[in-house]
Amino acid sequence: MGDLSKLTIAEAREGLRKGEFTAVELAESCLGEIEGAGALNAFVQNTPEIALDQAKAADARLKAEGSDAPAMCGIPLGIKDLFCTRHVPSQAASFILDGFRPEYESTVTRNLWDAGAVMLGKLNMDEFAMGSSNETSHYGPAVNPWRQKGSEKPLTPGGSSGGSAAAVAADLCLGATGTDTGGSIRQPAAFTGIVGLKPTYGRCSRWGIVAFASSLDQAGPMVKSVRDAAIMLGAMAGHDPKDSTSMDIPVPDFEAALAGDIKGKRIGIPKEYRMEGMPGEIEKLWEEGAAMLREAGAEIVDISLPHTKYALPAYYVIAPAEASSNLARYDGVRYGHRAKLAEGEGITEMYEKTRAEGFGHEVQRRVMIGTYVLSAGFYDAYYRRAQRVRTLIRRDFDTAFEAGIDAILTPATPSSAFALGEMDDADPIRMYLNDVFTVTVNLAGLPGISVPAGLDEKGLPLGLQLIGRPWEEGELLKTAQVIEDAAGFVSKPEKWW
Amino acid sequence: MSIDKETARRVAHLARIRVEEDQLEALAGEFNAILKFVEQLNEVDVEGVEPMTAVMPMRLKRRKDEVTDGGYPEKILANAPDAREGFFAVPKVVE
Repeated sequence: MGDLSKLTIAEAREGLRKGEFTAVELAESCLGEIEGAGALNAFVQNTPEIALDQAKAADARLKAEGSDAPAMCGIPLGIKDLFCTRHVPSQAASFILDGFRPEYESTVTRNLWDAGAVMLGKLNMDEFAMGSSNETSHYGPAVNPWRQKGSEKPLTPGGSSGGSAAAVAADLCLGATGTDTGGSIRQPAAFTGIVGLKPTYGRCSRWGIVAFASSLDQAGPMVKSVRDAAIMLGAMAGHDPKDSTSMDIPVPDFEAALAGDIKGKRIGIPKEYRMEGMPGEIEKLWEEGAAMLREAGAEIVDISLPHTKYALPAYYVIAPAEASSNLARYDGVRYGHRAKLAEGEGITEMYEKTRAEGFGHEVQRRVMIGTYVLSAGFYDAYYRRAQRVRTLIRRDFDTAFEAGIDAILTPATPSSAFALGEMDDADPIRMYLNDVFTVTVNLAGLPGISVPAGLDEKGLPLGLQLIGRPWEEGELLKTAQVIEDAAGFVSKPEKWW
Repeated sequence: MSIDKETARRVAHLARIRVEEDQLEALAGEFNAILKFVEQLNEVDVEGVEPMTAVMPMRLKRRKDEVTDGGYPEKILANAPDAREGFFAVPKVVE
C-alpha cells in the first residue's frame, strides 16, 4: 500500500469505488509519507486524528452511496495555512497569529469536507501569502523536492503556496488547496512540476481565508493532473452568501468539459511577454507549447496586450494598499500574539510593539508601503492611478477576447526554481519579477492555469501558463489537457528526503 | 517623490509598527526603491479612464436587515490574548 499516496485524484476515485483499497488506507499512506518528509518542511500542522475520522466517514459513505458518492469522497488533501480550519491552528505562517485556533471553517474547506475529502494537515506558505519563495514563512521555508542534477543545494518550491506545491510534488497528499494573489498558485506549481489553477475571481468563496489583497485573492487547486484540477475545483467552487464577491452562477461539470477537442480554437501569443533577457529554454518551451496546440487543431495568433509592462507596478500599489487595510485587524486584542508592555506603556505601544514583533520584515514593508500610498495627498497619485491602469490591463484582455481569442499561452515563470537564500541580498523588486507573467491575470480577474511542460538543462521542471476567458475554466482546462497530453510530462523528483 | 527618514517614521507610526531609530534610514531606502519602480505608472496615459472598482461586474446582493448570526461571546473571546468578564481587555485608554 506504500504507493497509494502517488495516485492522482482520478485514480484514487476509481480505486476506492472498486474497493481496491479504503479511504483509511489511502490516508494512512499519506500520513506515513508526511512523517518521513520532515526535511521538506511542507506541513506545519499534522492532523492525523481528523484525517482518520474523516477517512472512516468517507469509507462508510462510499459503501452507502457507491458511485453516487462525490468525486472527492475519501481523497486526502493538504490545506494551505491561509485557510481557517475549525479548532486547528491557522496562522497564515505568521507569528502574529500565534496560537490562533478558529471557531469556524472557511467555505472552501467546508465544501471539500462536505464532499467527503480528508484533511491531512496545514501547509507552509509565505507569511500572509506575501512572497515568491516561501522564505518569509514564520516556520522557515518549505523545500522543493526537486534538485538540480548533481547538486544537493536546497531549492525554493516557489511561493506563496510553496508548502502546497512541495507536498503535492513529493506525493505527500493527492492534492492541496492554494491561493493566488499575483501568481501564488501558478508559480510554485511551475517550480515543482505540478498543475495549479487560479479560477476566475469570484468562482470560489474567500470567506474564512485570511485576506491579503481582497480584490485579487482567489483560491484554487494544486494537483498532479489537469483532470484532478477539474475534479477538485468542482468541489471547492460555488456561490457563498458570506462572500458578496462570489458569483451566483451554477458550477459547471468541469471534468465533463475535458471531453472533446480544441479544433478551431484561437490561441493568442502576446508579444509583450517576450521579455528582454528571457532564457532561451523558456522561449523554446513556449514555442513548443504553441506547436502542441497547433497540432491539435488550434490556430495560433500573435496578439498584443500593450499594458503588460505596467502590471507589476500597478500590483505593487494595489496589493500593499489592500494588505495594509486588511492587516489592520492584527492589533493584539482579539487573537494571536500580544507584546509584553513595559511600565507606563499604553495602547499605542501595545499596537506598535505587537505588530513589530508579530509581522516579519516583508509583511511590515508591504503594510507600510500600502499605508503610504493610501495616505492623504498620495492617494490619487498612486492608488487611484494604479486602479486606472488596472482598468487598461483588463481592457487589453477584453479586446483580445472580443477579437475571437479563446485562450492565451505564455510561460508560467521567467526561470526554473532558484536556490533558497539566493535572493537574500537582492533588492525586493527582483523577487517581485517572479510574478511578471502571472500577475496580469489577477489584475484582470481571469482564470489561469500552470501546466508542467518539460525540464530545463538543470533537470528542473518548467511550466506553461494558459489564460482563459472569465468563467470559462472548463474550456481552459480542456486546452490545458492538450498541453499535458502532448508534453507527456511524467518526471518525478528523485526521493532524497 | 522621495521618502526621507522623517517620512519613514511617520508612515511606520501610521501603520502602528514600531521601527527602531537606527533602522529608519534603511527602511526609507527600501520604500524609495519600490516607489521608484511603481512610478513607471506615470508613463501611462490614463486620461478619461475610470479606476477599476470591481474586477468582475456584479450587483451586490441585498438581504433582509435582520440578525442571522451571533449569541456566542465565549467563541468570540476564545482566542483573545486577554479576556475578562466577557470583554476584550486592553491597557487603560482613558487618562
